[in-house]
Amino acid sequence: MSIRILFFASLADATGMRETSLDTVGFTDIASVFNHFVHKFPSLENYRTSALFAINSDFVSLDTPVRDGDEVAIFPPVSGG
Amino acid sequence: MRSQFSRRSVEVRVFLLVRNAIEVQPIIDTIQKPEDGALVIFEGVVRNNANGKNVRFLEYEAYESMALKKIEEIGSQAKKDFDIRDIAIVHRLGHMEIGECSIVIVVASAHRGPAFDACRYSIDTIKQVVPIWKKEFYEDGEVWIEGAK
Repeated sequence: MSIRILFFASLADATGMRETSLDTVGFTDIASVFNHFVHKFPSLENYRTSALFAINSDFVSLDTPVRDGDEVAIFPPVSGG
Repeated sequence: MRSQFSRRSVEVRVFLLVRNAIEVQPIIDTIQKPEDGALVIFEGVVRNNANGKNVRFLEYEAYESMALKKIEEIGSQAKKDFDIRDIAIVHRLGHMEIGECSIVIVVASAHRGPAFDACRYSIDTIKQVVPIWKKEFYEDGEVWIEGAK
């Protein structure tokens, strides 16, 4: 019972990892996942208002529920093109 | 019934993420048809300066599965919202030197107006929603660029 977590760009640098997983228990929504990582990596607090979140490749918001098996991506504003 | 072996009857979808230099002509050759009266081609290229600093080279990183999905959605939306016949979007990832092309958009349509509009819509939307990030390398360091200009 787990959630796969992906970080990209500066958020991968801030956490020192590109991918990890969390036991689903205790995580209800995206905010609870983000807060977990802010606790572990305090510099992530700087991204609270700017970070973007996706579940299974669709954009979601902080109050979107997370479910077992989800792929959650956390990343900074995009700069492609 | 449409033959699966007839190339002409098969719609070729050109939404790609690539790691090598993008060649424009093969993209044009893939999507252009005799009924097209306009081809609008946008190339985004690596500039040697940003915010007053000399840029030596760039690296692009992507959340590839989502980036491709979003590029396909943007292409589909462009075909719905503008009177165009087809659109191709190819974005390059990885290391790129000054002057190299990071993205190519080719829009084919009967007339130029919708082709220009669809191309502008597509590049602007890509810069807002496709999970790709650019890192600029300067003489004295490197910085992730966050957000579109």
